[in-house]
Amino acid sequence: MKKTILILSAILVAGFSFAQMPDKFVKAMEAKMAAIDTTISVQGLTDLANAFERIAETEKNQWLAYYYAAYCNASAGLMAGSGGDIMTAKADKTDPYADKAEKQIKKAEELMKDNSEIFVVKKMVATLRMIGDPMNRYMTYGPEAQAALDEAKKLDANNPRVYLLEGQDKFFTPQEFGGSKEEAKILFEKAQKLYETFKPASTVHPNWGKGTVAYFLSQYK
Amino acid sequence: MRQPLGLPFLSKINLVYNINYFMFVFLKRKTIMRTFSQTLFFFLFIGITNLLPAQTTITGKVTDKKNPLVAVSITLKDTYDGATSDSSGRYSFKTSEKGEFLLTATSVGYRPFEQKITLSGQGTMTIDIVLKEEVTELSAVVISAGTFEASDRKRAAAVLNSIDIVTTASANGDVTGALKTLPGAQQIGESEGLFVRGGTAAETKIFIDGTLVNNFFHSSTPNIASYGRFSPFLFKGTVFSTGGYSALYGQALSSALILESIDLPERTSASLGLSVIGVNGGYQELSKNKKFSWGGAYAYTNLAPAFAIIKQKQEYSQVPEFHSGDVNFRIKTSATGILKYYAYFNKSRLDFTVKSIDTIGYLDRFAVANFNMYHNLSWKEKLGKRWQINAGLSYTNNKDDIRSGMKDAGKNEVVLPGLEWKKFALDLDANYFNAKLVLERKLKGLSAIRFGGEYNYSDEKSVYTLYNGQEFPDRLKENIKSAFAEGDIYITNALAAKIGTRFEQSSLLEKTNIAPRFSLAYKVSKHAQASLAYGIFYQNPERRYLPSPNDLVFMKATHYVAQYMKVTSVRTLRAEVFYKKYDNLVKTGFANGRDGVAINNNGFGDAKGIEFFWRDKKTIKNVDFWVSYSFLDTKRDFLNFPYAITPNFAAKHTASIVMKKFVQAWKIQFNGAYNYASSRPYYDIRFDGSRYYFADMGKVQDYHNISVAFNYLPTIGKPNAKNFAVYVLSISNAFGIKQVYGYQYSYNGLRKEQIVPPSRVFVYIGAFFSFGIDRSQEAVDRLF
Repeated sequence: MKKTILILSAILVAGFSFAQMPDKFVKAMEAKMAAIDTTISVQGLTDLANAFERIAETEKNQWLAYYYAAYCNASAGLMAGSGGDIMTAKADKTDPYADKAEKQIKKAEELMKDNSEIFVVKKMVATLRMIGDPMNRYMTYGPEAQAALDEAKKLDANNPRVYLLEGQDKFFTPQEFGGSKEEAKILFEKAQKLYETFKPASTVHPNWGKGTVAYFLSQYK
Repeated sequence: MRQPLGLPFLSKINLVYNINYFMFVFLKRKTIMRTFSQTLFFFLFIGITNLLPAQTTITGKVTDKKNPLVAVSITLKDTYDGATSDSSGRYSFKTSEKGEFLLTATSVGYRPFEQKITLSGQGTMTIDIVLKEEVTELSAVVISAGTFEASDRKRAAAVLNSIDIVTTASANGDVTGALKTLPGAQQIGESEGLFVRGGTAAETKIFIDGTLVNNFFHSSTPNIASYGRFSPFLFKGTVFSTGGYSALYGQALSSALILESIDLPERTSASLGLSVIGVNGGYQELSKNKKFSWGGAYAYTNLAPAFAIIKQKQEYSQVPEFHSGDVNFRIKTSATGILKYYAYFNKSRLDFTVKSIDTIGYLDRFAVANFNMYHNLSWKEKLGKRWQINAGLSYTNNKDDIRSGMKDAGKNEVVLPGLEWKKFALDLDANYFNAKLVLERKLKGLSAIRFGGEYNYSDEKSVYTLYNGQEFPDRLKENIKSAFAEGDIYITNALAAKIGTRFEQSSLLEKTNIAPRFSLAYKVSKHAQASLAYGIFYQNPERRYLPSPNDLVFMKATHYVAQYMKVTSVRTLRAEVFYKKYDNLVKTGFANGRDGVAINNNGFGDAKGIEFFWRDKKTIKNVDFWVSYSFLDTKRDFLNFPYAITPNFAAKHTASIVMKKFVQAWKIQFNGAYNYASSRPYYDIRFDGSRYYFADMGKVQDYHNISVAFNYLPTIGKPNAKNFAVYVLSISNAFGIKQVYGYQYSYNGLRKEQIVPPSRVFVYIGAFFSFGIDRSQEAVDRLF
């Protein structure tokens, strides 16, 4: 009974928020979302993050705009933090992105509680924090990233992005540190299966990652 | 030799994420073609819709006056319209809005920009934007002269991070050990403490969470350096000032070591340690809402097994044995506040003999039993937006029962004629209470003022018992009340000053002092800065030379420090020159039938030198190392010195090389350290009935020490690992190089003997386990 009420109210809330999405918003969002998959530079992702932020700050009640702003900032930060010596602290480079992403995902969460997608981005932000200063932040942000991923899975066990991120972790971790290409494959396959049936709630709801999974699985052939 | 650990290396798995996001970039390239047509459609779509209404183009360039600024977000407020500046700082966007709007520009590290504009719906508006740099902790100059910081804060002065304190090979898990590899500190092995820039160990004071710690080290033993009482894992931040420290601290002529304790633990966990010198166990519980934690630990240390294998110079009838425990709780009082309590208890004893230098065939006996109890309560809280309060209380009770005497070859206590004085008992019982309150008010930018007060109370009782049973009880109470104020003034991002004053009043001396402090820092370039520091420092005469038959005053030191520092994320270069002048140092003599009593403040001295520090994480692949070098030229006339000389605790040249390497495939972390000190002088000072003179003097050989440590971390990198293990093997003075700290003389002055470490080589083998107890599943289960 409790669960039914929960589901019903979730549907109601979801329905309510669709009703709240103005045309102009949806169009602007769709345009920028299309660019997400083709943007491969820090500058480009920052540009997109800023665009989503403008939409978010104008509308103020659309969690998706904050969500994408955070996602783009986290991605930009992860890209800015790649390269160079791994163990070296680069928080001065990555933290500004993490600061922004963290603020934005917090706003998204205020508007949309207990959403799996939001926890996926929270995982990315925690990871970004960690690579900023691995030596000193592992103990804090390692468990935080894991907790966010666990929460994302708990909220929606059918969210393919959860398994994509989990699979990537497994794929790239050296074997002696608990990585496993085989376990990763199982996770990617699970993600792919879920992508087949995954239907975003609308054209502007999160739907990224399918191509990435396909790429990883192609590595096994 | 406790708990050497290599936690940070678990983080190696983070390289995963770097690779991840390289791959991410490639993947995105792959998907471009697929989505290209889709994108084209959107561009066309937007293009068409945007052609319809009347539009204004807004364009311009964003700079910081000199250089173009990249990735600045330009927004027409309350609309979707805006742009991000490109690599040349240019931006451009179209808008169909009409009327009055706010154009804003924001970028991290710069103050937000706002300008009112009126849109007509046509034409092009060119608006160039100049952003002003925001004064932030990351970009601003740091007042760093005289200061080393070991913390995880991203600051220029942070030359070490908190984990370096425990992974420095020669440190042996001791808080002050790693600091001895930094320039400014001497390599002194015959007694504990930090001897900084020609100063004695007593000239360095140690503070935990703001308040003074009175018995930081275990009880002193002749010619053996005692360890610090506190585990390095208790602290998250260490500030080691070798000169010119802040007005918030006082009563230290040379140096202040400021330790900040850890906050709430990450999770509930239990730990267990086993080693050749003892066992320890602990438990920490973190409440479900993560706002409260409590815990405790107990350690039993017994050096018998280690001493059975590693031959000691001393012969122990009671090997050093320690029972120590601690309890703590930490409460998050608000989002910004934390209340911390930490208590430490120790009971220890040792009893040994060494061959007597005074009479052949006899033994000198020394024994000490210690009880120590330390409580620290501190509270930190932000009050409103601008105010911050830091308050701390600490209480210490320390009891030492010291026994000295002579034994014959059959280990029977004897009193020899002419050497009766060698048999004595000294019972010390001291109570210390310290309180401190600091209020801080933030001003514009990073500027702030701080002020407050400190109170140090001590009540030290001693009973000195002669061989014949005659007792000399003594009791000394002291109240030192201090007030201080200090201002950080950021004139610009690149120029800052710290101006402070400290006022102290001593009830024992019946004197007051006013000590000004001043420092200045200037950012020369993006990575380099120069700083200066000046200050006057006062300290009471040491307790062991009191009571004095005469009126005494505060001892005084004046510091002048100039520093140049260049810091990038992979390299740190730090060079410092200093001059320190000592006045009113205590002179000792015969009084009340005792030698070594403070008689006046006619002592003086000075110290000057140059120091270099270089840390490099890049030049040698996968090796992190630092090198320090100090040159020290110092002379002083104090205690019973006949005239100003270089004291026996000052080497002219001191150097250290510390390296760390983690071999991922083996999961082993290698730490090595080499410490060097040039020959120190030694003296035999005697009294001829009217004055002190040098009966003998000389120089000891140079000091070399090579230490290595291997940490094996088998559980490293296991994802979701709740437990982990560390196995440690460390060897001090691995090559058994002979080390001589000085000389001691027989009572009649006819014989001298080298002061050497208890053993040439020391080997430590241990294992440390931590068991994380994750309650999150339990919490989830309760919810449903």
